[in-house]
Amino acid sequence: MAEKAETKKTTPRQAMPEQKPEIRRRNFQEVPVGYTMEHAMTEASRCLQCKKPGCVEGCPVGVDIPGFINLITKGDMTGAIRNLWAKNSLPAVCGRVCPQEIQCEGLCIVGKKGDAVAIGNLERFVADYERMHGSGELPPREKPTGKKIAVVGSGPSGLTVAGDLVRKGHDVKVLEAFHKPGGVLVYGIPEFRLPKEIVFSEVAFLERLGAKLECNQVVGRTVSLDELFEEGYDAVYLGVGAGLPKFMNIPGENLVGILSANEYLTRANLMKAYLYPEVDTPIPIGKNVVVLGAGNVAMDSARTAMRLGADSVRIVYRRSRDEMPARKAEIHHADEEGIEFFLLTAPTRFVGDDKGRLTGMECLKMELGEPDASGRRRPIPVKGSEFMMDCDLVIVAVGAGANPLLTQTTPDLALNKWGYINADPETGKTTKKGVWAGGDIVTGSATVILAMGAGRKAADSIHNYLTWGW
Amino acid sequence: MFKIVQRKEMAGGTIVLNEIEAPLIAKKAKPGQFVILKANEAGERIPLTMADSNPEKGTITIIYMVVGKSTAIFKALKVGEGYQDVIGPLGKPTHLEKLGTVVCVGGGTGIAVLNPITKGLKEIGNNVISIIGARSKDILILEDEMQVASHKLHVCTDDGSYGHHGFVTEVLKQVLEKEDVKLVVAIGPVPMMKFVSKITKDFNVPTMVSLNPIMVDGTGMCGGCRVSVGGETKFACVDGPEFDGHKVDFDELMRRLQAYSEDEKKCYNDYCTLQQA
Repeated sequence: MAEKAETKKTTPRQAMPEQKPEIRRRNFQEVPVGYTMEHAMTEASRCLQCKKPGCVEGCPVGVDIPGFINLITKGDMTGAIRNLWAKNSLPAVCGRVCPQEIQCEGLCIVGKKGDAVAIGNLERFVADYERMHGSGELPPREKPTGKKIAVVGSGPSGLTVAGDLVRKGHDVKVLEAFHKPGGVLVYGIPEFRLPKEIVFSEVAFLERLGAKLECNQVVGRTVSLDELFEEGYDAVYLGVGAGLPKFMNIPGENLVGILSANEYLTRANLMKAYLYPEVDTPIPIGKNVVVLGAGNVAMDSARTAMRLGADSVRIVYRRSRDEMPARKAEIHHADEEGIEFFLLTAPTRFVGDDKGRLTGMECLKMELGEPDASGRRRPIPVKGSEFMMDCDLVIVAVGAGANPLLTQTTPDLALNKWGYINADPETGKTTKKGVWAGGDIVTGSATVILAMGAGRKAADSIHNYLTWGW
Repeated sequence: MFKIVQRKEMAGGTIVLNEIEAPLIAKKAKPGQFVILKANEAGERIPLTMADSNPEKGTITIIYMVVGKSTAIFKALKVGEGYQDVIGPLGKPTHLEKLGTVVCVGGGTGIAVLNPITKGLKEIGNNVISIIGARSKDILILEDEMQVASHKLHVCTDDGSYGHHGFVTEVLKQVLEKEDVKLVVAIGPVPMMKFVSKITKDFNVPTMVSLNPIMVDGTGMCGGCRVSVGGETKFACVDGPEFDGHKVDFDELMRRLQAYSEDEKKCYNDYCTLQQA
């Protein structure tokens, strides 16, 4: 036993094969190319199969991590995907976009003395293996209950709710406002980080399970929440996302050449404008691009701009590297691809030419003061440190707010002071009977997996309601 | 697919009418609201304010001018064919109120959007005077419909080929001098709305304009359609599309509408070359 543990320790973490930075910075193909079977078996063998696994506690949806990894070591990929599906409807997505370093892998015992087991890479491997070589056999579905549920929004939380409830035998319809399903997975996360084909295949999987999907349905406009109940739905889940872009509110922000990250990424991802003119939606191509903000969305925007052919792409952020909210892997990838970081820098105004097109941005240097409410050190402007930065495209990626489209038309839905829906954190129940909510429209911008965790809890609560009552 | 049940070419084929099967949208649509249309898989999402809706028949009507590749693709769609995606109704409906005498000013395809609003203002009991204009007689649309929707109709052409020789603003000025006008609704090209708003400001008559900036989603997500109204940034898709004409920064709007003009020109030319080949 001791000897076995020793071998495990000496086996290094299997590096994920990736496209080289100098090549991938100009293409939209996925950056990591995925483990081979050999990588996966070797990596899986590093797991200690802890009796009290920390990794599971770190997973917002409670995936049985040692369990699925053990099945990989036995070569039972069908067993492994079944195990994953029991807790996670979207493993191919989560394996790619979860912040594993602060979740499962952050609590991995192997990681205490060396590199954690590459749980995310293994999850991705199992899901990809099933998609490419799997039997296509569906997980079991309970017998029909005759209950109808409408899921509003087809992002990560909505898809989780749909997957959970359809398996419990309920009749589920997902309503999506865009013309394609997937929510932020499709309009927000770029192709090079999450190929859209994977999202569509996860959605197709849910449809094969029996969930119905309808696009072009703007709930709050095309149909109201109350009308859904009139149509005979027994419960409604709201997972509409945050979806209101925040701007800087500084002079010159409406110049041509300043876009919200939402607009820039939606053009690039959902509308596939990176293929323009093969597709009809254009996207501004910047020579000198500035991205404001340092979260995952900022990294996605910066790396997209580089791929579209920019000469320079700069991330401008008012705090320091330690406070950057993006996933470590994204910052690392951006760095490798030649994105420059202008830290402790904040814009004060934009300037343009006589045609109203952006030509530059005035910035101010910052220094870090005492910690603020977020626990991060507050940036304080350095007097007289103004300087100009030439740029012809600015992408504002400083977060999102609550989109009021649905909530405005549903007055009996209680909101907090920022306009997010008040929902019980344990059940997702809102103040309106028969209505649940989860994901970014409750918490504000967060991660795919947290939205899925909220969806999981809400699905359990909806199932209880449909079985026992409110 | 959203099937086209009626198709009509107007103004010598430069303007096209499509009546489209969209029962859910037709049930909800009110004057002043818009839809987003996408013709096919590679298509662009194009916002267009509806010219009519028929809840019984389950159809909506759009009238658009062919200005680029996307609208050229729309034009190529025949009856029985259709749009891959139609999303709506979007935006806030026009606030219709009985005020007394109101003036409806329309130019180009703006007349199509103005028509249901004019009808609504008349039905609610206003005295409606309408002024519509076009560059010349052969590209003037919906004269008969506007005649029916209004108590009095003035027609103007820039080249004098029909009606008053000159701009709608000249006739508007005369009407404002004579009548006690409570509201002006102006829908058309941005310069027209700008100059109408300038004149009505001198007369201190509240003015409503309907804007059609560049947008992607139409649900408040992208912020591409932002306009400055009274110094504040508004999203035309959810806060509009109608705004107080006295507060809109029309110059900024015109510049923002030009954001992709180079791309659009090239794309359209390439498309036309391809069609001819």
